[in-house]
Amino acid sequence: MKNAIKKATRHVNQNDGLIFEKSSPGKAAWKLPPLDVPEVDTKALLGSSERKDLGHMPEVSEIEIIRHFTRLSTWNYAIDLGMYPLGSCTMKYNPRVNEAVARVEGIANAHPYQPEKISQGALQIIKTLSEILIEITGLDAITLQPAAGAHGELTGLLLIRAYHKSLGKPRKKILIPDSAHGTNPATAAMVGYAVENLKSDSRGMVDVASLAAQMNDEVAALMLTNPNTLGVFEQEIHKIADILHAKGGLLYMDGANMNALVGKVRPGDFGVDLMHLNLHKTFSTPHGGGGPGSGPVAVRKILEPFLPKPVVVTNSDGTLVFDSDRPQSVGRVRAFYGNFGMFVRALAYIQANGPDGLRQTTEDAVLNANYIRKGLEGTYDLPYSTPTMHEVVFSDRLQAKKGVHTMDIAKRLIDYGFHPYTTAFPLIVPGAMMIEPTESESIEEMDLFVDAMKSIAAEVEEDAKTVLDAPHCTRVSRLDETTAARKPILRWKPGA
Amino acid sequence: MRYLPKSPADREAMLKAIGLRSVDELFAPIPAEYRLNRDLKIPRQMAESEIVDWFRQRSRENGDGYTSFLGAGAYSHYRPVIIDSLISRGEFLTAYTPYQAEISQGTLQAIFEFQTMICELTGMEVANASMYDGSTAAAEAVMMAVRLTGRRSVVVARSLHPEYREVLATYATHQGMPLSLVEFGDDGRVDLKKLENLITPETACVLVQSPNFFGTIEDVDAVAAIAHKHGAMLVVSIAEAVSLGIVEPPRQADIIAMEAQSFGVPLGFGGPYCGVIATREKNVRQMPGRLAGQTVDKQGRRGFVLTLATREQHIRREKATSNICTNQALVALMVNIFMTVYGKVGLRELAKQNLAKTAYAASVFAKHGEILFAGAPRFNEFVVRTGEDPKAINGRLLGHKIVGGLPLAKFYPELGNAALWCCTELTMRSAIDTAAGLIAESERSVRSAKEEVEEMAR
Repeated sequence: MKNAIKKATRHVNQNDGLIFEKSSPGKAAWKLPPLDVPEVDTKALLGSSERKDLGHMPEVSEIEIIRHFTRLSTWNYAIDLGMYPLGSCTMKYNPRVNEAVARVEGIANAHPYQPEKISQGALQIIKTLSEILIEITGLDAITLQPAAGAHGELTGLLLIRAYHKSLGKPRKKILIPDSAHGTNPATAAMVGYAVENLKSDSRGMVDVASLAAQMNDEVAALMLTNPNTLGVFEQEIHKIADILHAKGGLLYMDGANMNALVGKVRPGDFGVDLMHLNLHKTFSTPHGGGGPGSGPVAVRKILEPFLPKPVVVTNSDGTLVFDSDRPQSVGRVRAFYGNFGMFVRALAYIQANGPDGLRQTTEDAVLNANYIRKGLEGTYDLPYSTPTMHEVVFSDRLQAKKGVHTMDIAKRLIDYGFHPYTTAFPLIVPGAMMIEPTESESIEEMDLFVDAMKSIAAEVEEDAKTVLDAPHCTRVSRLDETTAARKPILRWKPGA
Repeated sequence: MRYLPKSPADREAMLKAIGLRSVDELFAPIPAEYRLNRDLKIPRQMAESEIVDWFRQRSRENGDGYTSFLGAGAYSHYRPVIIDSLISRGEFLTAYTPYQAEISQGTLQAIFEFQTMICELTGMEVANASMYDGSTAAAEAVMMAVRLTGRRSVVVARSLHPEYREVLATYATHQGMPLSLVEFGDDGRVDLKKLENLITPETACVLVQSPNFFGTIEDVDAVAAIAHKHGAMLVVSIAEAVSLGIVEPPRQADIIAMEAQSFGVPLGFGGPYCGVIATREKNVRQMPGRLAGQTVDKQGRRGFVLTLATREQHIRREKATSNICTNQALVALMVNIFMTVYGKVGLRELAKQNLAKTAYAASVFAKHGEILFAGAPRFNEFVVRTGEDPKAINGRLLGHKIVGGLPLAKFYPELGNAALWCCTELTMRSAIDTAAGLIAESERSVRSAKEEVEEMAR
C-alpha cells in the first residue's frame, strides 16, 4: 500500500523542545543602543509600581531563536507545500508581492493618529479598495473596519438592528439555515437576536416554502451563505429576497464563499442588502495559522447612515479625511480603522488580477471543484447531486459501513501529503467531507489528490486498520484531546 | 494570470473530463438575469513592478520619514529583523488554524509558548491565543465578567482609551449591559471615591486601563479592593505592553485584556494588531477565543492541540462564549518572537529606556508647558498643556518632519490645550529638544501677545 503514496516522502525533521527549556541566565538576543538622555532612578519614578522580576521569561541567543522557530515551522503543513482543500476556508495562494508592499516604510510605519495631511496615501488605499469592493459586490457603500468575517457579521447585524430601530421597530429574530457556519448564530446572539433555524430542502437549498411560513414582521433578516456550505448556489435567491423584502426583512449574505462569484455575478444584483467579505479568503491575504483576517461589510444605500465611524470622505479640495460626524452610526467596532495591513494585501491582489484575472480566478475555482467532484463521484457518496460551484461535499456513508469515518479518511490523507478537507461540516451532512480546491491547484496536484482519495477508499475495503490508525508518517500520531480538555495544561511551568 | 497554474489546454481537458463544453455551463445554476455580462469596473491587471510602484507612491504621501511623538494605543518600538524572517516562512504564513494537530505542531507549540509568556508577564494563569485587538479584547473581557458574575452593569474608567470605550459601548448596546463612567482625579487616575459611589450590587466589573490613556499608572490595588469588596470583578486593559517590563502587572485583576502591538507589530496605520485575554484558571471556561493545550499522542510523545473548544462557536453556535473564529495568529507569532528576543532581562532594559526618554522629555517640556497629572507615576506617555492650541504647534513641528503629541480636545475638552506625548526607545534626544524648543517659542509668543493685550489695556 505504501507505493500508493505519490506526493509525499518521509524525511528527517528536527526535534525541538519548548523555548523555556533552552533558557539560561546570561544568554541574550538583544542589544540596545546607548541612552542619549540621563539614566533614571526607576524606584524614584515608579515607587511601589516598579516591577522587580519577569518570572520565567526566556533568555536565549539569536541563533537558538532562528533554529527554534524554523524547526517549528517545518512541523506545519501549508499552502506553500501543496493543496489545502479545506472547504469554506478558501486556502488559495498568498502572493508575495502583497507582503512586500505591506512592508513599504510609509505604509508599515504609519501611525493611525498621524495628521490626515500626511496620511493621504493610507486614505487613498482605503478609498481605492472600498470602491473596488463596492463594484465587486454590486452594493452602494462599505466599511472596512471589521477585523474578521465573524466581526463583519457582528457589524452587519448591528446595522440591521439600527435600520429596523430607525423605522420604529427593532424586530427580534434572525433566520439562519441549518447549513450555516457556527459564527452566524453566535453573532446573532451577541446582538441580542433570537435565532430561528431554517431547514434545507432535498437539493440542499433554502426551503422556500418554510421560509415563507416562518417570515413575519418579527424577523429582522435572513443570514444566508451563497453559494451555501454545500457549494450550491441558491437558485431561488430572487424568491428568497422577495419573501424577506415583502415583510420588511433584510437579506444578509455571509460572503465566506465569494470565491465562487467574483466577476461572474454580484450579490447586490440578486437582492442582497448587505454582506461581509473575507479578505483572507477571497482576496488572498494569508491565513497565518488562524489570522489576521479582515471582514469588510458592504451595504445598500438604505444602510449607509448606520455604518461604523469614522468613514473616509473626500473634501472639496480633493484631499481625503475621516468623517466621525455620523449621528446614526452604530459606533465603532474596533479601535482605529480595521486591519489596514490586510487592505494593502487585498488591493495588491486585485491589482495583480484586474477584471479579467478575477473572472478567470472564479472560473478556475469552480472548474477545479467540479473536476474533483467528477473524479471522486462513485468512490465517495455524494449526498446532494445539485450542481457544484467552488466546493463539493461528499460523505463517508460508504466507508462508514466498514467503521471508517470522515476524520479517519482525513487523517490518512495526511500520510498522502495533503492537508485534509473540512470534516463533519456542514452539519446537515452526516460524516461530511467538504472539499474546496480553490483556483490555485494545477491538474497534476488535483490528480494526485483524487488518486490519494481513491487509494484510501481502497484501503478502507482491504485494510481498514491502516486508515483508522492514521496518520502514520507525522511527528506525532493522533493526540489525546479528551485528556487535554479534561485536565487542561495551557502553559509551561518550570519542572513540569 | 500569473497566479493561475493552468494552460488553456488544461482547462479544455478538464472541461472534457467533466463532460462540459464550456465554462459557462459551470455557472448555469446562477439565474441568467443576474449574471454579469461585462468586465468589473476596476483597474486593469498590473505587473508586479507597477504594483510595487503604486504602493511606493502611496508610501511617499504617507508621512514616510517623520519622527513621531504619537502613542495613544499604537506604539513605535524597534522590531528585530528576525521577526519578519521567521513569520515569512510559508509554513507559518500560509497555514490555516491548527485544527489538524498532527500537521500543525509548529503553530500549536508557538501558541502554547505565547500563552505561557503572556501569563508570565501579566501574572495571570491562562491566556488565549489572541483576540482582534486591545479594544475588542476589552469588550469581550467585560462580557466574560458579565457571564461569570451573573451581573450586568459595568463601571468604566474615563481614563480608558476613548476608542476602546466606544467599542465597548457598541458591543454592550444590545446585550443589556448598562455602562457608567468613572472620572479621573487630579493625578489622572481613577477617582476612588467616585468609583465607590458608582458600584452597585449589580456591577459585574470595573474596567480600567493601566498605564491609562494618559500614560499614568493606576492604583490597581486600590481599585481592585473596591471592586472586590462589592463582589465585582476587575478587568484591566493594557495598551502599552512594553510597560510590563518595568511596571508591576495588575496581579489583583480577575481578567486582563491586552493589546500586544508594542511587542514587534508594525504600526501599520492601526492594524492588524494583537489583542489577548488572560485570566485565572477558574474562569477559563468562560473565556472567548482559541486555546492551545499540552497533551500526548498514542505513543506518549508530548504534543499540542486546540482545546476546550466547547466554548467556541463552531461547536456551541448561539450558546458560544463569543462569535470569534479567525483571530490574529500570525501577529501573535510576531509578539511571541519579540518576547523571546528580549526575554527576561531585555524587556526590563527596553522598558527602562522608554522610562528614561519619557522622563527626560517631560522634564524639558515642563520648563515651557504644564505637565498634567504629575502627581502619579507614568510609563512612556504624558500630557502637556500649552497656552496655544497644540494643533497649531504641531503644524509647525510638521515643518521639521516631526509629528507632535496627540491633541486631546476631541476626547477630553475640559483639559483645554492639552496633548498626549509619547517617547519610546526610538525617540532621539534631538527630536525631543526640537519639539521642546518649538513649545518654548509658542509659549513666548503667547506670553508676549498676552502682555501686549495687557499693555494696551493699561
